[in-house]
Amino acid sequence: MHISIAAEKLSTVLGLPITNSLIMSWMAMAVLIIVAFALKRTMAVVPGRFQAFVEVVFESLLNLVDSITQDRRKTEKFLPLVLTIFLFVITANWLSLLPGVGSIGIREEEILVPIFRPANTDLNNTLALAIIAVVAAHFFGLRSLGIKKHVGKFINLRGPIDFFVGLLEAIGEVSRILSFSFRLFGNMFAGEVLLLVLASLIPFFVPIPFLGFELFVGFIQALVFAMLTLVFLTIATSEHH
Amino acid sequence: MEAQELVTQAANTLDLKSLGAAFAIGAGALGPGIGIGLLAAKAMEAMGRNPEAAPKIQTAMILAAAFAEAIAIYALVVALIIKFI
Repeated sequence: MHISIAAEKLSTVLGLPITNSLIMSWMAMAVLIIVAFALKRTMAVVPGRFQAFVEVVFESLLNLVDSITQDRRKTEKFLPLVLTIFLFVITANWLSLLPGVGSIGIREEEILVPIFRPANTDLNNTLALAIIAVVAAHFFGLRSLGIKKHVGKFINLRGPIDFFVGLLEAIGEVSRILSFSFRLFGNMFAGEVLLLVLASLIPFFVPIPFLGFELFVGFIQALVFAMLTLVFLTIATSEHH
Repeated sequence: MEAQELVTQAANTLDLKSLGAAFAIGAGALGPGIGIGLLAAKAMEAMGRNPEAAPKIQTAMILAAAFAEAIAIYALVVALIIKFI
């Protein structure tokens, strides 16, 4: 049984490596895009069952976002990014529980290289999402507060204590990128390793409660990533105290 | 002596790498476990005192629990790096 932290490279296209987690990311994107187009085609004023379900999800998340930002205009600005992060992460996490992920692969000299690997078990993937979230927070902050006020949060020359606090905030931004990416990566990778070890020890009946737990963890991690992005977006676009 | 040689051999072949990985995650999960337990206890107490504010408290609790759990994940990543790299 071979566990590797880095995603295995399957082939190369134009000099860029195609890893097995990239294939699962593409599948998650395909699922989301197909569902979006199917919904658009059959959209009606009186919603059918699937549209009503999607509306319920959107509306409950809208209310959740509202309760954190306390401002309807801000909610409308932030909702696309936050909702996209939530939907992508939850789709990628739940797709990884399908049979075949991690088990179907190519045998290379005693090691099985799986063709599908959960998208968020690749640190590159989660790092990309974290960088998107943090850069978006700075972008929204710059756009709504202006350059002087936004940079003034980090480079504060009003006094020695304020300067130190500003420096700590700047370091905090970098640590935020790390913490976002490692939280999602650690949870997903640990879950995948757990399922792998269980499946190699007792493949019948025992993995079932752990699969249920992975379902729950996937949902919670998506929610936490989206909510933390939202919280930091709100903090970035609000005045200093 | 035969027994002493065996003991020396056993001590020299201690798998310190695996021991390090196990200790990293074992000690690293202690703090976050206690932290999340305290968090949840306070959240339940608050919900018991004020059942109307339960959804708000629940959201805040899950957010704070994610922060605490991230520390355990850092310990896990260190353990994985020791074991596999």
